[in-house]
Amino acid sequence: MDIKQTLRSLTEQIGVSGDEFSASCAALELLREYAPDAEIDAFGNVTALIKCGRPNAKTLMFDAHIDRIGMIVTYIDDSGFIKAGACGGLDMRTMLAQTVVVHGKKDVYGVISTLPPHVSSDHSKVPEVGELCIDIGMNKEDAEKLVSLGDRITVNSQFRELCGSLVSAPAVDDRSGVCAILAALDMLKEKPIAYDLAVCFTAQEETGERGAKQVAARIEADEAIIVDVSFGTTPDSAAHETAQLGSGAMVGVSAVLDRGMTERLKALADSNGIPFTVEVMPSSTGTNADAISVSRGGVKCCTLSIPIRYMHTPIETVDIRDIEAVAKLICSYAGGEADA
Amino acid sequence: MLDRLKEICTLDGTSGDESAVREYIMNNITADEVSVDQLGNLIVFKKGRKSPKNKIMLAAHMDEVGFMVTDVTADGFFRFGAVGGVDPRVVLGRAVRFKNGTLGVIGTKATHQQSADERKKAPDFDNMYIDIGASSAEMAEKLVSRGDTACFDTEFFSFGDGFVKGKAIDDRAGCLIMMDMINSELPYDMWFVFTVQEEVGTRGAKAAAFTVAPDIALVLETTTACDFSGVGGDKRVCQLGKGAVVSYMDRSTIYDRELYKLAFDTAEKLGVPAQTKTLVAGGNDSGAIHVSNGGIRTCALSVPCRYLHSPSCVIKMSDFEATKALAAAMAEACAEL
Repeated sequence: MDIKQTLRSLTEQIGVSGDEFSASCAALELLREYAPDAEIDAFGNVTALIKCGRPNAKTLMFDAHIDRIGMIVTYIDDSGFIKAGACGGLDMRTMLAQTVVVHGKKDVYGVISTLPPHVSSDHSKVPEVGELCIDIGMNKEDAEKLVSLGDRITVNSQFRELCGSLVSAPAVDDRSGVCAILAALDMLKEKPIAYDLAVCFTAQEETGERGAKQVAARIEADEAIIVDVSFGTTPDSAAHETAQLGSGAMVGVSAVLDRGMTERLKALADSNGIPFTVEVMPSSTGTNADAISVSRGGVKCCTLSIPIRYMHTPIETVDIRDIEAVAKLICSYAGGEADA
Repeated sequence: MLDRLKEICTLDGTSGDESAVREYIMNNITADEVSVDQLGNLIVFKKGRKSPKNKIMLAAHMDEVGFMVTDVTADGFFRFGAVGGVDPRVVLGRAVRFKNGTLGVIGTKATHQQSADERKKAPDFDNMYIDIGASSAEMAEKLVSRGDTACFDTEFFSFGDGFVKGKAIDDRAGCLIMMDMINSELPYDMWFVFTVQEEVGTRGAKAAAFTVAPDIALVLETTTACDFSGVGGDKRVCQLGKGAVVSYMDRSTIYDRELYKLAFDTAEKLGVPAQTKTLVAGGNDSGAIHVSNGGIRTCALSVPCRYLHSPSCVIKMSDFEATKALAAAMAEACAEL
């Protein structure tokens, strides 16, 4: 599987929280190559069960969230300008003068208004989401023919190849996680599997881990590996709170994670020569692991994170090698002996 | 027209680095004299059917706002400064493009990692970096050097009711109007200057006005429109869809009163919409031109433009057409004045 191309195809889908179907369908199609019975539920979650054929096999769940952050139309004013609310945690410092697409009856292009420097002097004020004014270049009557309250809005960004093996795109959070799981399934095609695998690409993580709660309640998983993105090092960030891009998988350690899984993942990475760092998250992880671990009668969880820069902006940047490292580590874990 | 506007706006020409735009213009005009001066201004003479009473010069600038690399960090990120007036808030979260095609992105640590104060205050250029994906200074400097310029890597598209969005519409719109005039049959002999370095202090126009030494100058520009929700009254400055903008005063020029009135009279005769600005704001090459050579009578005709100096300049094509028609008619009227 070409990880870069798969990531590109996944990031080109929209799938803002609560409206994931286009992205879910794209992920479903890719997943069906490894799990022909994969399906989408009414909520937009994609799930599949891949049986290993061993009697009494434990169930290992792979989770990555399919939704991405965006905005939602809340109002069309008398002049045809649009007001919006947030779906997920937008970085409001990056919003002025962005081009956007309103996903209405058809895709409607627009620009987020801003005063030019010719008439403004305060260039440090960050607007609240409710203060944004989206210019779609039409009057209210025309706007209402195409745009309805509740339509999703995304910043119109694109997939860009930077130097080395880095790429920048919207929705790298968490389509790169989806991509890593698909790549792991591709690697597992030729290998024996020690678990029954439950693959889940879940909806509405960005608005409160809601899809994962539903899926985990339905699937009787014994263990779960949650693949999400985490903080990559930037010049202005603290080294101890981030991982360098290209440094491999980030193996999670946290009060809410299973220490045995963490240790086994570290040992497997060591013995298989897979690059990794340890990501310490003392109280909770801020990922679907927090919800999945306490679903049903409890599920052992560990996180495998992919370091990215500029999380929750239209230019999320990832090193393809880190996605590959996560995929290899998932593959090693699933192919090994099930934890007794 | 839209295709050509897209073509010329997509060219990268940060102030002082306008060669791609100049070459495009030179390759797409037919004139009687074409020369490039020491600063890079493109000076064009086109014969008309008659000799004018007044020597007429039209001007539009080729350069656009952008960025220049000032330093590289040990881990391969570039420090940079703005070339021209750019609000740092329209830079964060964007991609930029260097002349050799290298792409970069500009971001900071994630919103989750910012303190409450950091989230409320946008960083300035001293606290932003261009990231081309390099992992060391050595790797980065193989592709980009200090002093290299970059422009917004952003899409050009039309949207809504006849609007277009793109970078550098300021002032490629003016350049395109002049190109079309040069390629048409003119009533009078005319001079056209495509200037450099407008965005860093109307520098090219100073030299070009000296060289051409016209009696009357017409500056073709884009100008600030703030006609969107949340901005009221005079602060809207001018409006999209209301036609060409004729200026009486901005921060660099008090315009010739007779030419100002002539522009509105000409627009009325022509039946094209025209408006003026409700705020003394901005400035353009007129500031340099009108005080050169002992004084040159100057008029500015502009396409109203929202979100100037951002990757998302927005104009309405009907205003572009109105400005184009008025520019041609005003040039003729000024020749006879």
